[in-house]
Amino acid sequence: MSSNAVGPVIVVEHLTKEYMLGARARGYTTLREAAVMAVSAPIRRVQRLARGESDVGTRPFRALDDVSFTIESGSVVGIVGRNGAGKSTLLRTLSRITEPTAGSIAIRGRVASLLEVGTGFHPELTGRENIYLNGSLLGMRRSEITRKFDEIVAFSEVEAFLDTPVKRYSSGMYVRLAFAVAAHLEPEILIVDEVLAVGDAAFQQKCLGKMQDVGRGGRTVLFVSHNMSAVSRLCSRGLLLRHGRLDFDGSTLEAVTRYLAEEQRPDALRWETAGLRRRLDEYGELARLTVVEVRPASGAMTGFRFGEDLRLSVTFLATSNIHHAAIGVGIDDLFGARIVTFNSDEAGVTLTAGREQVYTVNLCIPRPVLNPGRYAVSCAVLSGARILDFLPQAGFFDVQPIRADTGEHFEPSAGAGPVRLACSWEIQPVGSSMIPASVP
Amino acid sequence: MVDLRELWEFRELLYFLVWRDVKVRYKQTVLGALWAVLQPALFMIVFTLIFGRLAHLPSEHVPYPVFVYAGLLPWTFFASAIATSSMSLVNNASVITKIYFPRLIVPLSAVGVGLVDLAVASALMVVLLAWYHLPITPFILLGPAFMVGVMLAAIGIGALLAALTVTYRDFRYVVPFAVQLGMYATPVVYGVGSIPERWRVPLALNPMTGMTEGFRASVLGHAPPWTLVAVSAVTACISLAAGIAYFQRVERRFVDVV
Repeated sequence: MSSNAVGPVIVVEHLTKEYMLGARARGYTTLREAAVMAVSAPIRRVQRLARGESDVGTRPFRALDDVSFTIESGSVVGIVGRNGAGKSTLLRTLSRITEPTAGSIAIRGRVASLLEVGTGFHPELTGRENIYLNGSLLGMRRSEITRKFDEIVAFSEVEAFLDTPVKRYSSGMYVRLAFAVAAHLEPEILIVDEVLAVGDAAFQQKCLGKMQDVGRGGRTVLFVSHNMSAVSRLCSRGLLLRHGRLDFDGSTLEAVTRYLAEEQRPDALRWETAGLRRRLDEYGELARLTVVEVRPASGAMTGFRFGEDLRLSVTFLATSNIHHAAIGVGIDDLFGARIVTFNSDEAGVTLTAGREQVYTVNLCIPRPVLNPGRYAVSCAVLSGARILDFLPQAGFFDVQPIRADTGEHFEPSAGAGPVRLACSWEIQPVGSSMIPASVP
Repeated sequence: MVDLRELWEFRELLYFLVWRDVKVRYKQTVLGALWAVLQPALFMIVFTLIFGRLAHLPSEHVPYPVFVYAGLLPWTFFASAIATSSMSLVNNASVITKIYFPRLIVPLSAVGVGLVDLAVASALMVVLLAWYHLPITPFILLGPAFMVGVMLAAIGIGALLAALTVTYRDFRYVVPFAVQLGMYATPVVYGVGSIPERWRVPLALNPMTGMTEGFRASVLGHAPPWTLVAVSAVTACISLAAGIAYFQRVERRFVDVV
């Protein structure tokens, strides 16, 4: 904890990470499969090529492609980019969790990475026990945890349940406790991946405040988020990743602006999401979102007219039998703030999904009240309280400044907010404001 | 080869992982840590009935229960250490894909849990010695040394199996089966004394042969069979080196595969 010398603390040169994509959904094999594959794979490959199909099945996928940058001590850097742009892979390689295929990383100082809230929490252990376990996993010394224990407990607001197994915690309590531990890390370099997406709004604010303190304390922070307002507020520098390449490196404002302008252009109305790496391991294991599509009746290429029925469809693959499967669709603004959520189970629509079956779920939102502007669609596959797969900002669409009913141009005043609700006005005269003359 | 300084840096994490597994293992059990002694104790009873009473296996002039328990103690430690460490990386996948620490800590912690159980189970050994009025000799001081030998072999083989299980899940089925068979390739229910002379050294290529025989001798108060112990010590060290070498060669790939 001594090196507060100025100078680069992270030097990344020509970093490349490849994954074998398409060959198998899962990496591991059994010996028998390995033997069978060894014999059959070349044959099938030849067949595929003979049929004129591409050889995509065995081609490596570049999650990171020749990325180089340097980070000075004490800077707070935001990493932005679309799903699958390589943000999480970058953090994983920087955290030494996975090895780069090529290139080098040099890091000076103690690194703590927070790629998930509550890593290593054991449901059977109590809150107190999990604080020690999790703290130790995140790289804290036992004496350090003991010293900060009261502070951690106070921050988490779960004093009363310290000796209760965390399996009995509500999800909010769980997240608060987990973040409380993480917030008390004192590494020289902190790597954070979208962990603020969980928890309630008040707690998120508290966490953002804590991260700001970390930055002010002269420590280096690398921060990945889809929440552009958080990135703009926290970070002094922005890296924009696009298809695994470093597209921009400079001011946060410009990185965010470019991201919003370029990356979120609704250049399609259909997004294939099957190949994306999920942020959390449990996501995508039992069910996998494969396609998200928005379907304007007019056939327009960029979205809907104002007031036109919003039609979306979400396709997912169930990799096992799922009871009470439901789909959640959220509409967010471009800063990542949720505007509205639709969960099919709340409307009484669930299905019992069969193993290896593909389902397409259609959603129609009649006469929506979204103002003209650009929006993001987030999707999830749910089963009861569990989230089986989740893709924040899977796609984007525009609501055009054209009224669907009349075809007239319509643009709300600046800063009018995302929705326009029907309302009625009434004005009642209640007399003059002048003091009435004294009654004789 | 192994970054010992880094391992030492993470010693507290090793402690907490062992602590977690011990704690979780006995949560919501009525008997708690008693299970650590109950398992070998029940084996002792069954083996005494089958191999002692029924098959009349020779037990080197001590009551069969003491004889077999002195063999079960190192074997149970070894077997449970191997079984848990082979699954350890897969079971801790959610942690190793999110946080960096020396991966070797994971199978090491599985062996550590076995050590805790061993300590509990050793209590019954003391009780048995007292019950049968067997003398305790200075040789007993060698006991821990043999357990260190068992531990080194368990670390090596456990690390090897853990790494293999990540890519080839077949080992999930192979290991329990191999462990069961392995007990009969190790002098647990029988003594090396009942094996023809020329087969003893080949049998000691199994690191557990020399360690089990050595431990039993030291507990029962006579000199260990040094030749067998020496052969097994060498193979234990080879398993340690080979297991860790393989583990380190593939550890950077775990996360992409697990």
